[in-house]
Amino acid sequence: MRTAVPEFPEARLRELADRYAAAVAAKRRRVWLGSAVLIAAAIAAGWMGDVNFGNFVENFWRFPAYFSSIAPKFSFSTAWVDLTEWLWGLPRWTRLLGDTLLIAYMGTLTGAICGFALCFLASANLVKSRTTVFVTRRVLEFCRTVPEIVFALIFVLAFGLGPLPGVLAIAIHTIGALGKQFAEVVENIDNKPIEGVAASGGNWLQIVRFGAVPQVLSNFVSYALLRFEINVRGAAVMGFVGAGGIGQDLIEAVRKFYYTDVSAILLLIVVTVMMIDFVTERVRHRLLGLEGSAA
Amino acid sequence: MNSFSSENRAGILERHPDLFRPDWWHRGKIAIGVGAAVALFLFGIVQLDIPFQRFSDGMVRLGGFVPLMLPPNPGSWAEVLKYLHALGETVSIAFLGTLGGALLALPVSLLAARNVVANWIVHLLTRRSLDTIRGVDTLIWALIWVGVVGLGPFAGILAVICSDFGTFGKLFSEAIEAADKNPAEGVRSSGGNHLHSVRFGLLPQVFPILLSQVLYYFESNTRSATIIGIVGAGGIGLQLAEQIRVLEWQKVSFLILLILITVSAIDWISSKLRFAIIGNRAIS
Repeated sequence: MRTAVPEFPEARLRELADRYAAAVAAKRRRVWLGSAVLIAAAIAAGWMGDVNFGNFVENFWRFPAYFSSIAPKFSFSTAWVDLTEWLWGLPRWTRLLGDTLLIAYMGTLTGAICGFALCFLASANLVKSRTTVFVTRRVLEFCRTVPEIVFALIFVLAFGLGPLPGVLAIAIHTIGALGKQFAEVVENIDNKPIEGVAASGGNWLQIVRFGAVPQVLSNFVSYALLRFEINVRGAAVMGFVGAGGIGQDLIEAVRKFYYTDVSAILLLIVVTVMMIDFVTERVRHRLLGLEGSAA
Repeated sequence: MNSFSSENRAGILERHPDLFRPDWWHRGKIAIGVGAAVALFLFGIVQLDIPFQRFSDGMVRLGGFVPLMLPPNPGSWAEVLKYLHALGETVSIAFLGTLGGALLALPVSLLAARNVVANWIVHLLTRRSLDTIRGVDTLIWALIWVGVVGLGPFAGILAVICSDFGTFGKLFSEAIEAADKNPAEGVRSSGGNHLHSVRFGLLPQVFPILLSQVLYYFESNTRSATIIGIVGAGGIGLQLAEQIRVLEWQKVSFLILLILITVSAIDWISSKLRFAIIGNRAIS
């Protein structure tokens, strides 16, 4: 079988080749320009942020040295004794970790409930009044943008030292974060059930309850679980400012150079966080999987 | 013709009894779930020793702070300049931290992606070490780096690099694993080796996604960089913590306002850039 490869005339070929080269060159120029801007910004930021490579190179040995100094001393013959000595504070730390988890849990639950109540007011497809939507969104943004540690610092002054300011700080941050995510979910739902409830005479609350909530609940729970995961990390450092949990012991151990305590507490925190991650991820996949099979 | 009037209700009930019978099993599960959640909350109140008295007293005191905060007032122009400098440090920490974390995470995320390195030991080891790094909060990294390079924003930059390294490593490797494998196969079938298929088949697909994730985190890092100063790692957090301690409420509210404006500005810029890169697509 004979096939003829169509061949363009020379002039047409050159024109095509030129256009291709021009397109490639334009893309290259964009990449170069982008990189130049990025590098310029990095240099400016480096100057602003006191980046000092000399200092970094000179002192970098301290970084691995720190980890080797906080590492527990183990010898093979006395492994068990060494282990118990390293984890001497285990009962106390376990209790504090439990407190940390409770702080995260109570903060997440309170925040999720308030965020749940507010998210419908921030959804443009459920609320006709633009002012309500605007005001609710700004309130949520405020709660989200101010870091939880800042709230904790202020709350410690109002409520005194202890877990209560930690719970409240996490709750407020959670309201902002979950309220926004919830509202985004609500704005993307199917409009037909809402119209159906409205058409059969439901009032606003009934529209939300029977038109919107059944569609969004599994997504809400999934987001709340993800937030719980984040809040466990947040609660672990709440103690830095005196707002309860294991952070207090950690910062004390770091400041007072109780080296092996630092590694023991860090290890416990990391293990707890990993466990929570693992469990919530399982539950979330199951929830979203169930939703997928139902749809 | 069927009409759903009240006289027909009995008939419908009779024909479809299953639809109208309350599902006690389902209701029971919900009741148990809600009951457990409430019980745990009440247990928390007891365990954490939170009497209602303290809550209400604190609320009253908190209400007393609010009028003291208004209007926001930095005091003098010298103070404003100092705060703006601290704010510049914060933005620098967030920017360089995000950039450095992303650059370091890119090669490691290739190792952690199953479709690039098929060795399960490498995969498992990189994943677990990334998880460990991620499990340590930015503030804790900042504490460690302050001990290494001394007080100041440089320690903050290194801390954000560390914690972002873990986050980006995970996000990037997940994005790479979710990529379409046809382009990579195409490169292989036309004679490219494994490296070629990664470079020309995989990276062009995922690069925009990675870039948008980096931009997304730039905003969230700005927020964490605002507080990193609390442990002495530079930025506006140091000023904020100081003003809260000495009860200068008007300065506190001024600083919070400054943070709000900055974070919103960076949020706006990064979302604009993100939409320019990938369009209006959700980030997982």
